[in-house]
Amino acid sequence: MAKSAPKASAVKVGDAIPPFTAPPISRTTLALYAGASGDHNPMHIDSDFAKSAGESDVFAHGMLNMAYLSRAVLGYAPQSHIRSYGVRFQSIVRVGESVTCTGKVAELFEKDGEKRARLELIATTSNGKVALAGEAVVTLA
Amino acid sequence: MPIDRKKFLGYELPVHTATVDEWRARFFAKAVGEPDPIYSDTAAAKAAGHRGLPLMPTMLFCMEQGRPDGYKLVEDMGVKIAQLLHGEQHFDYVKPVYAGDALTFRTKITDIYDKKGGALEFFERTTTITNQAGETVGRLRGIAVVRQLG
Repeated sequence: MAKSAPKASAVKVGDAIPPFTAPPISRTTLALYAGASGDHNPMHIDSDFAKSAGESDVFAHGMLNMAYLSRAVLGYAPQSHIRSYGVRFQSIVRVGESVTCTGKVAELFEKDGEKRARLELIATTSNGKVALAGEAVVTLA
Repeated sequence: MPIDRKKFLGYELPVHTATVDEWRARFFAKAVGEPDPIYSDTAAAKAAGHRGLPLMPTMLFCMEQGRPDGYKLVEDMGVKIAQLLHGEQHFDYVKPVYAGDALTFRTKITDIYDKKGGALEFFERTTTITNQAGETVGRLRGIAVVRQLG
C-alpha cells in the first residue's frame, strides 16, 4: 500500500520490492473469494467435485493468488502507476499452503514520456513450488 | 474432442456490460485481505484524491467472467469445467476504474492451439474494456488450458 511511487533517480535494476506473505489458504478464504470474485467454479469450493475430477481436494483460484501478488506490487507503487500486470499460473496452491510474493526491478525504460520499471514477480508456495511467475510495469515518480 | 478451430477462432462473445457496486469492491478487498482503506472506505479514497472506490487490479477479470453466460462458451466448445485450468492472465491498464463505472467488455477468441500431441489444448481470449465515456480503460488477455481427464 505504497502512498507514492519510488523516485526514478533512486531505483536500480535488481532492487527488490517489499515481499508479502499471504495467510495460509483456508476454505473460508476460498468461499469468500468465490463470492467476491463471482468465480463459482466448484473446483475451488466443493471437495466432492474436486475429488470427482481427480484432485485430492479443493485448491485456490489462480486469480486469488494473482490478487495476492498484486498486493506485493501495490506495496511498491500505487495502483494508478501500474501500466500492466501479467502472470503464468505454474502450480496450484492447496488448502493449508501459503504464498510468498516477491519481485525485483528487471529493467528501467521510458515510454510515452514516462520513466517506467519492469518488475519480475514470483509467488512461491510454503512447499517451495512456484505458483505464479509474472511481471508488472509501473511508472516511477 | 479437439476444439473446433474453424468455428471458434475469432469468435466474438456477446458484448457484456457491468457496473461494480461499492459493496462488491469492498467485499473483494476484504476477500484478498487488502489493508489499504482506499479500497474499502469511500471517504479515505476521496481523501487520497480518487473519485470513488478504486477496483483492485485484478477485478476487471472478475467483471468479464461475470457475464451471464459465463461458462456457455466452454460448454459450446465441448469442454467440461473440470478440464479447465487457467494458464496465463494479463492486464493492460489505460485509465483508472472505480465502483459505479459502467463498463463494456468486448471479448473474442484470439488463438487456439495444442501441445503434447493434443493432450493439452489452449485457447486465448482477449477483451477490450471501455467506460461510460467511451474511453478504453484496459485490456485483458487470458489463456485457458483444457486437459484431458482420465
